[in-house]
Amino acid sequence: MAKASVTPSAEERLILTKKNRRWDEVRGRSLVTICAIIMIVATIAVTIFLAQKGLQSFTVNNINPIAYLTSTNWNPVGENASFGIFPFIFGSLAVTFLSALIAAPLGIGAAIFMSEIAPKFGKKFLQPVIELLVGIPSVVYGFIGLVVLVPLVRDNLPGIGFSLFAGVIVLTVMILPTVTTIATDAMRSLPNSLRQGSLALGATRWQTIRKVLIPAALPSLLTAIVLGMARAFGEALAVQMVIGNTRDLPGSIFDTSATLTTIVTLNIGHTTYGSIENNTLWSMGLILLIISFVFIFIVRYLSGRRKI
Amino acid sequence: MKKMKLSVLLAMFALVIGVLAACGGNAGGEETEGNTSGNSNSGGGEASETSIVVAGSSAMQPLVAAAAEQYKGDNADADIQVQAGGSGAGLSQVQEGSIAIGNSDVFAEEKEGIDAEALVDHKVAVVGMTAAINPNAGVDDLTKQQLIDIFTGKVTNWSEVGGNDQEITLVNRPDSSGTRATFVKYALDGETPAEGITEDSSNTVKQIVADTDGAIGYLALSYFDDDTVVKGKIDGVEATNETIGSGEFPIWAYQHSYTNGDPEGLAKEFLDYMMSDEVQTSIVPEQGYVPMTDMQVERDAEGNITEK
Repeated sequence: MAKASVTPSAEERLILTKKNRRWDEVRGRSLVTICAIIMIVATIAVTIFLAQKGLQSFTVNNINPIAYLTSTNWNPVGENASFGIFPFIFGSLAVTFLSALIAAPLGIGAAIFMSEIAPKFGKKFLQPVIELLVGIPSVVYGFIGLVVLVPLVRDNLPGIGFSLFAGVIVLTVMILPTVTTIATDAMRSLPNSLRQGSLALGATRWQTIRKVLIPAALPSLLTAIVLGMARAFGEALAVQMVIGNTRDLPGSIFDTSATLTTIVTLNIGHTTYGSIENNTLWSMGLILLIISFVFIFIVRYLSGRRKI
Repeated sequence: MKKMKLSVLLAMFALVIGVLAACGGNAGGEETEGNTSGNSNSGGGEASETSIVVAGSSAMQPLVAAAAEQYKGDNADADIQVQAGGSGAGLSQVQEGSIAIGNSDVFAEEKEGIDAEALVDHKVAVVGMTAAINPNAGVDDLTKQQLIDIFTGKVTNWSEVGGNDQEITLVNRPDSSGTRATFVKYALDGETPAEGITEDSSNTVKQIVADTDGAIGYLALSYFDDDTVVKGKIDGVEATNETIGSGEFPIWAYQHSYTNGDPEGLAKEFLDYMMSDEVQTSIVPEQGYVPMTDMQVERDAEGNITEK
C-alpha cells in the first residue's frame, strides 16, 4: 500500500502510461495543427474578403480598372467624380524604393560592423539599441517627423517641408532596424570556415568581407532589404504626418505627395459603407495586398536561392 | 504525408467557405430584420440594458464624451461609450443597427448609401468654422470672393489680397470629411478646392498653419484659443456665437446625432439630456460649440436658410 503511493521512477512512468502517452501525442499534434489551421484560415479569409470588397468598385460601380490604375485624376466627391489612383501607387512605390535605397547600405554596413569588425561591442551595445528602435511605435516617428524634420526641411531645402523627401527620411529610420537585424543574423550565420579559408589564402579582412562574405550572404541580405521595403510599403501613420497627402503626382522629391495607405487612413472613416468612394478605398487595400504578396514572393525566391 | 496535407487543405477550404456562407447569411438576415422592425434588433436591445455605444464624427466626439461623462456621474448604472471614427462610419453603423447613436457633421441625406428616411435626426449643437491663417501672411479679413479665389488656386500670393509677399499654401481636409463638406458648401459656394496639404486632425491642421509661412486652412471655432493662427473674418464679420446664431456668419454646421427609428431607453434619455439646459448652457459653449437655443435661423439638408 505504502509502495503504491510512492512516485514511480521515470522509466516506470513511461511504461505505465504508455496508453496516455499515445493520447498525448495525438493531443499535442492536433493542438499545433489547429494553431496552424487558424492562421491559414485567417489569411485566406482576409484575402477573400478583401478581394470581394475590393472588386466591388469595378463590378458594382462599373469603374474601369485600367483607368482606375493609370489615371492621375482623383476627385471622389461631387458630380464629376473621377477615380484615378496612379499618383498614390507612384507615391507608395517611390517612398518604398527610395527609403530602401538609403536604408540598405546603412543597414548592411552596420550589420558588417556588428558581425565582423566589432562583434563584442556590437552584441553588447549596438544590438540592444537597434532592437529598441524596432519597438518605437510608428506614431512617435511620425510626430518627431512633423515637429523636427518638416521644419528642418522647410528651412534648408526647397518646398514647404511636407514632401516625399520627408516621408522617405522617416521611413528610412523606421526600416533601418529591420534591415540591420536581419542582415546581422545573415552575416553571423555564415560558417566560420569561410572566414578562416579566405584569411588562410592571404586575403585581408576587408577583402574577405567584400569578396567572400557578402556574396555568400547576398540572398539573405536581399531578403533583409525586401522585408524592410514591405514594412515601408505598409506604413501609413508616420508617412501621413509628413508627406502632405496631395493627390497630384509630385514634380520633384521636395513636392508634397500621397501614398495608398495615407489616402485610405485619411478617408475611410468619413465614407459610408457601400458608397462608391468607400469601395474605391477597399480597392486600394486590395492593391496593397497584391503588392505585399509580390514582396513575399520575392523573399521566398531569394531564400530559395540561399546556398549556405 | 502528401495525402494528409491535401486533406488538411480541403478541410481548411471547407471551413473558409463555411465562415463566408455564415457571414453572408447573417448579413442578409440582419437586413431584412432591420427593414421590418427598425432597430429593435441589436442597437435597441442594448439601449434598454443601460449600455449604449455612440460613434461617428470625430469633431463631435469631445462634446458628446463630455456630456456622457457628466451624465454617467449622475446616473451611476448608465454605460455610454463614445467613440470617434468619422461621420461616414457613424452613419453606416447606426443604419445597420450596431450602435445606438451615430454622430455626423453632415445631414444623412448628403451621404451616399444612407437611407435618411429610416434615421431620426437629433441636432444637438452647431459648430462654426472659419479660415485659419498663418499670422505672417498679414491678413485677417477676406471677402468671400477672395476666399474662393484663394482656395481654388486663382490667387497664389498673399500680396494679391492685401497681405505680405508670401506664397499661399492650402491645408485641406480629406475629400469626404464633414468639415471639408461644410467649408466647401458654405464658404466656397461649392467650388472644388485646389490641391494642398491634406490632414485629418484639427490639431495637425492648426499646427501646420501655425508653422508654415503663408498657410491657410479651416478650423472649428474651438481651436482658435491662442495667437498661433489668425481667426479670419469673412466679409468683415467675425465668427462668434452671436453672428452664427443670427445667421450673419455663414460657415456653420449642425452636429447631428442620428438614431435608427425613434430612440428608446438610455439612448432617448441621453439625447434628452443633451438637449437639456444643463448641457446646452454649460458643456456646449465650454467645448466651443453654439447651443441650439442661440440659433435664430434654421437650415435644411439642401442648405436653405429660414428664420426660426
